Amino acid sequence: MSDILLKVKNLQTWLGEGDRPVRAVDGVDLTIRKGETFALLGESGCGKSMTALSIMRLLPPAGRIKGGQVLLGKTSLLDLPEFAMREERGGRMAMIFQEPMTSLNPVMTIGQQIGEAVRIREGVDKESRDLRIIELLNSVGIPDPERRVGEYPHQLSGGMKQRVMIAMALAGRPELLIADEPTTALDVTIQAQVLNLLKTLQQQTGMAILLITHDLGVVAEVADRVAVMYAGQIIEVAESERFFRLPQHPYSQKLFQSLPDSNKRSQRLAVIQGSVPALNQIFTACRFMDRCHRAFGDCHTAPEWTALSDDEGVRCHLSEQPELLQSEVIQQESHQPIASGVGQAPLLDVEDLKVHFPIHKGVFKRTVGYVKAVDGVSLTIAPGKTLALVGESGCGKTTVGKGILQLVKPTEGRVTFETDELTTLSSRALRSRRSELQIIFQDPVASMNPRMLVSDIIEEGMKAQKIVRDSAQRRARVMELLEQVGLPADSASRYPHEFSGGQRQRICVARALAVDPKLIICDEPTSALDVSVQAQILNLLKSLQLSRGLAYLFITHNISVVAYLADEVAVMYLGRIVERGSVDLLLAEPKHPYTQALLSAVPVVESTSRRTVIRLEGDMPSPANPPTGCHFHPRCPIAMEQCRTAYPELRPLPDGRLVSCFKVEDGL
Amino acid sequence: MIAYIIRRMLYAIPILLGVNILTFVLFFVVNSPDDMARMHLGMKRVTTEAIETWKAERGYDKPLLFNQASEGVGQLTDTIFFQKSLKLFQFDFGSSDSDRDIGYDISQRMWPSLAIAIPVLLVGLMVNITYALLIAFFRATYIDIWSVVLCVVMMSISGLFYIIGGQYLVSKLLHLVPISGYDTGLSAIKFLILPVLIGVIGGIGAGTRWYRTLFLEEINRDYVRTARAKGLSEVVVLFRHVLKNAMIPILTGVVVVLPLLFMGSLITESFFGIPGLGSYTIDAISRQDFAIVRAMVFLGSVLYILGLLLTDISYTLVDPRVRLS
Amino acid sequence: MMGELVILWTDALIFMLVLFSMAFGIYAAGKEHLRGPWGLVVRSRVGVSTLVILSFYVVVGLLDSVHFHPLLDSKDQAGQQTQSAEVISLFDYLVTPLRERQEKTYSAPLATHLYAKESIELASGEVVRDFPRLTFGGAHLENPEQEWSRDIWRLTGIGVLKGLLVSVVVTNILIALLAGRWKTSFGAVAKVLIKEETTVPWRVLLATLSSVILVLFWSIELSSQYHILGTDKVGEDVFYQALKSIRTGLLIGTLTTLVMLPAAILLGIMAGYYRGWVDDLIQYTYTTLNSIPGVLLIAAAILMLQIYMSNHADEFNSLVERADLRLLFLCIILGVTSWTGLCRLLRGEAMKLREVDYVQAAVAFGVGHFTIIVRHILPNVLHIVLITVVLDFSGLVLAEAVLSYVNIGVDPTMNSWGNMINSARLEMAREPVVWWSLLASMLFMFVLVLSANLFSDVVRDAFDPRLRSSR
Repeated sequence: MSDILLKVKNLQTWLGEGDRPVRAVDGVDLTIRKGETFALLGESGCGKSMTALSIMRLLPPAGRIKGGQVLLGKTSLLDLPEFAMREERGGRMAMIFQEPMTSLNPVMTIGQQIGEAVRIREGVDKESRDLRIIELLNSVGIPDPERRVGEYPHQLSGGMKQRVMIAMALAGRPELLIADEPTTALDVTIQAQVLNLLKTLQQQTGMAILLITHDLGVVAEVADRVAVMYAGQIIEVAESERFFRLPQHPYSQKLFQSLPDSNKRSQRLAVIQGSVPALNQIFTACRFMDRCHRAFGDCHTAPEWTALSDDEGVRCHLSEQPELLQSEVIQQESHQPIASGVGQAPLLDVEDLKVHFPIHKGVFKRTVGYVKAVDGVSLTIAPGKTLALVGESGCGKTTVGKGILQLVKPTEGRVTFETDELTTLSSRALRSRRSELQIIFQDPVASMNPRMLVSDIIEEGMKAQKIVRDSAQRRARVMELLEQVGLPADSASRYPHEFSGGQRQRICVARALAVDPKLIICDEPTSALDVSVQAQILNLLKSLQLSRGLAYLFITHNISVVAYLADEVAVMYLGRIVERGSVDLLLAEPKHPYTQALLSAVPVVESTSRRTVIRLEGDMPSPANPPTGCHFHPRCPIAMEQCRTAYPELRPLPDGRLVSCFKVEDGL
Repeated sequence: MIAYIIRRMLYAIPILLGVNILTFVLFFVVNSPDDMARMHLGMKRVTTEAIETWKAERGYDKPLLFNQASEGVGQLTDTIFFQKSLKLFQFDFGSSDSDRDIGYDISQRMWPSLAIAIPVLLVGLMVNITYALLIAFFRATYIDIWSVVLCVVMMSISGLFYIIGGQYLVSKLLHLVPISGYDTGLSAIKFLILPVLIGVIGGIGAGTRWYRTLFLEEINRDYVRTARAKGLSEVVVLFRHVLKNAMIPILTGVVVVLPLLFMGSLITESFFGIPGLGSYTIDAISRQDFAIVRAMVFLGSVLYILGLLLTDISYTLVDPRVRLS
Repeated sequence: MMGELVILWTDALIFMLVLFSMAFGIYAAGKEHLRGPWGLVVRSRVGVSTLVILSFYVVVGLLDSVHFHPLLDSKDQAGQQTQSAEVISLFDYLVTPLRERQEKTYSAPLATHLYAKESIELASGEVVRDFPRLTFGGAHLENPEQEWSRDIWRLTGIGVLKGLLVSVVVTNILIALLAGRWKTSFGAVAKVLIKEETTVPWRVLLATLSSVILVLFWSIELSSQYHILGTDKVGEDVFYQALKSIRTGLLIGTLTTLVMLPAAILLGIMAGYYRGWVDDLIQYTYTTLNSIPGVLLIAAAILMLQIYMSNHADEFNSLVERADLRLLFLCIILGVTSWTGLCRLLRGEAMKLREVDYVQAAVAFGVGHFTIIVRHILPNVLHIVLITVVLDFSGLVLAEAVLSYVNIGVDPTMNSWGNMINSARLEMAREPVVWWSLLASMLFMFVLVLSANLFSDVVRDAFDPRLRSSR
């Protein structure tokens, strides 16, 4: 076919030396047509980034391509000498990376960095080069490009940096743009901007995009075709529409079922048992067999690729018997119905919490201002309930959690837990109350001391709180807790690094449970985890809540997790809550323009529920220097004159929710 | 920026005061003026009168901290601490125990010191950076491995050996340059070549190895991958991206020692008979002339603090991310 | 034989250090995160071979750290054996011939004659100016001119033969031990060893060990009849001096860090963990100390000590004791000037760690500050301490030479490479040059420092995962 742009045949990339190298890419075949968006979907460690880097021949020093063929048009990339390969890189194909923060040279201006790419393609005439740089910056939607060319990367926000990366990639007018998780490090509203930009650029230039991602939602938003990668191999290729309607491979099916959303609230999420096999072995059986719920005898031999149509196919023995492939009966376990906790006194009552960090300046380091990380947040949580605190990075939601726990001293406000006012407790009295409030962190690696055994980690709280004084009893309790969070008993005598991310997060849950808390603050506990693992943790949290009557303050930016788990939602913007209400009301019919934009920007899997994205311009301002009036007004699509001068109070609506917006008040 | 510099200057005052108090304690409390006099006049059989005269001549006959005999401010100023230690703040170094003006000596002797230290620094920097870049270009090859081995071997050899070996080989066997000595003007060059050469060679091992680490660290960064993805050649990547970023730690590392160059190199200068501040210090140490040692301690501290300040300022110049506040 | 033990200050400290390292070893064996990197160290070829060489130095140093009064042959009135007032070490005792065979003045390595012409009275009563025969070096030769080279070869042959014999025995013992441990046959182990298919590079270890043994026996054999590295100005054997200097070098390299560690660790962690005024105070302290040029501070302190010692000469029992105290003092003052670097590193690390999630989690459990520091911060900075200690070692050994050269190092009566270089330097102007003292000290120092440098590289790579991944 003439419209084929890139063809990858049996690509093999190994990492590391020695007799057991990691076979990161183990026989990948791909075909990308001109002008299409092809998504390579997979969980972390499946080899999708290595595939992209192999195509670009930009592997890290430890990696080497062991075999296969990569054809860009008629050029065989792997056979090119390095100097000719340089022509292709940044020429016919370009790449953008996951971390815009570190992917730009910190000591060169934006103009210089784009100029370098322009210069290779367009020659050295300075005037036309400058024009081209401005043109490129314009095309990626960077406002005021004449000024921006002289700025350094650190002066730009994450979204802007990714735009600069895209501009740089466009300099060579590529036919293929490889985008390696281009929006993973960005907030949803910014992600929506960047995805939209990529789409527009594709329409203008007709380039093909190889989009590497782990996010099913992103795939659903932009991809024409999808390839699913698992353990170094592609296991399914499909048209995007068909893939979301009718995934073929059991792994793909499970991925969809493990996605949380509001419809699954009463159910346990489907999980994929176990974890991805280590890639430093030679497989004889199907790679997914050990985790597959439909594995059968044939699976002990590795399945071949089965083409379902011209460019669709699946790597599964079930596909050899088409009648079996779709006959799966989905059985969902359900959670026990939730005991109603209405009418009880609130467990936690936060009133007007403020956390300000001083800014020092001048000869004597006088305080000249404050970073108002949290600027008057009020919320309540009833026993056994979940309040989700939602917002983009930098809105202060994590600081709220730490302020409640007194890990950061609040500047103002009251934090009442049951009957105690935490902010005024002596450090001694506070210490003794700490067993009742616990926290689970985002990063499962950083949240455990790598030098301690799991049993010591779990015991630490019990010892500090003097809950169980007898060491044998403590031991027994550790075992009990490990069982509760679904870890084998021998975990106790191992070190954290021997566990996978999901298992570590379970240990963290066990650690928090050890002191019998009534409230757990969960600070993005699943955002570092893959979807299938996220489901395991969400299931665990939910069942623990039901069995122990725990209350959660769930800090997250993931709306689907909120929909699945939360009873109430509070949306934060720049240190303040802009809307608060029950989860059904708020997600179904957001009132505050920020909430509306935030929800609309979330990429969704179901094509039916797709809504028009409200695109927010610009970035969140700095909490050191918030805008006058309503903090949101510079980005608000419906801002009025009034919004520029006064901050709207958080007022109750008739349906019980609280909103801080003049427009909503006017609408009443 | 200016506020920052002023603050740093103010912060330097307590530090210099601390330095002064420390040296004061070492020199006048642990080792009293009587001890000094006795040592200078010969250990045994010294009359009390001789000691008193010696002390009076050099102003060590005053009380240490508080002079009850004086009146008013004099009670504090007419003391050894004020006269000998605090005067240093005005860069009034006084005279040495052998009655020479220390300030004058320093101003005379700093030039020979600089004549060696500056070329050593500049040539060394050039040689080391070039070599390290070469290694970085050929990273993970045998050139890299053996260069690192060579660096470790070179840095394991005592600096004394370079000097003695160099003097023996170049001056004594080959008779290329004089063994030691110094002259003014252009004729100094023949005295300077060998010490500079040896200074550079002695620094290659540690310097190159450190720069190599810096370069390799930068080479593994994401933005280098971006640069390669643009289609830039390896040489351009190395020079425009890697070198530019690695220059930040290199330059600031150099800036911090810049002021200290005035102090000269103790060993080199004394081996080669260069009349710089280094040999001045050594002579003072061996003659046990505490006035000079005291002055040099103070001077060294001032220069060190200046070096720290210059380092911070140089950061703002080479790294656009750093703003002083 | 051995009389009353004399425990010098540095001896006590060095054995404390040995005990401490053993205790740490036992502690580390139980901790995976400490055992693992050491496993990497002994799996590296450079690691094991430098370890062998370093342990040779350590053995000499330790032998040289057991001091006592030797017993004299004579008996006192009570029938008790009298002991000498002199203090010698176990090492001195072992190499007694080296120590006691003094010549008159300089002689070249392996020489049979002195280095300077003297007036010699012949048997005939005639006086000629010639190089006189040495009292000990090659004294067994009738006719040195003809027999000398043959004798050297003979002794070399014997030495190498003995060395080979011992190496073979050692190799066999090791293989037998390994065979016992791995529960396989002797032959199988030998085969695996030769092909080097073991995780620990035993072959490299054995090769290094054998070379050390060979050199050792060769020098023992030769030094029984000659001064293999010549003699110095007062006729002392240079080889003996160089060996004696090992203890000094090791002491400076290890005791200095030992002395500064408590302060550096405690203050560094406190500054980083507590912040605020504690941090300000500690930062002020180390900036002040740091801003004084190190050499000058050392010079000032050593000069003070000298004056103190000459004023209170009667407080010291012997020259050895006096020199020892000066060495200890030098270590302390070197420690004072060098703790700031580690302190600053630890401060930065503690500052990072106190914000890390697991420390926050501990705070959320109500764990006390002290417990947090001991349980969470300290174990996680230990690798930095270890790397610094190992890295500092070689620098300190080199520094000793320079300081002794400026006369602010160890006591001039003490054997040290610096003192050897210092005295040899004065003879460089002689014609022909007296080069052996210089070369001997440089060689001994170079081997130690090179091994230490290579070893520290291996240790750093093993303990610093960030570096490991960048390889």
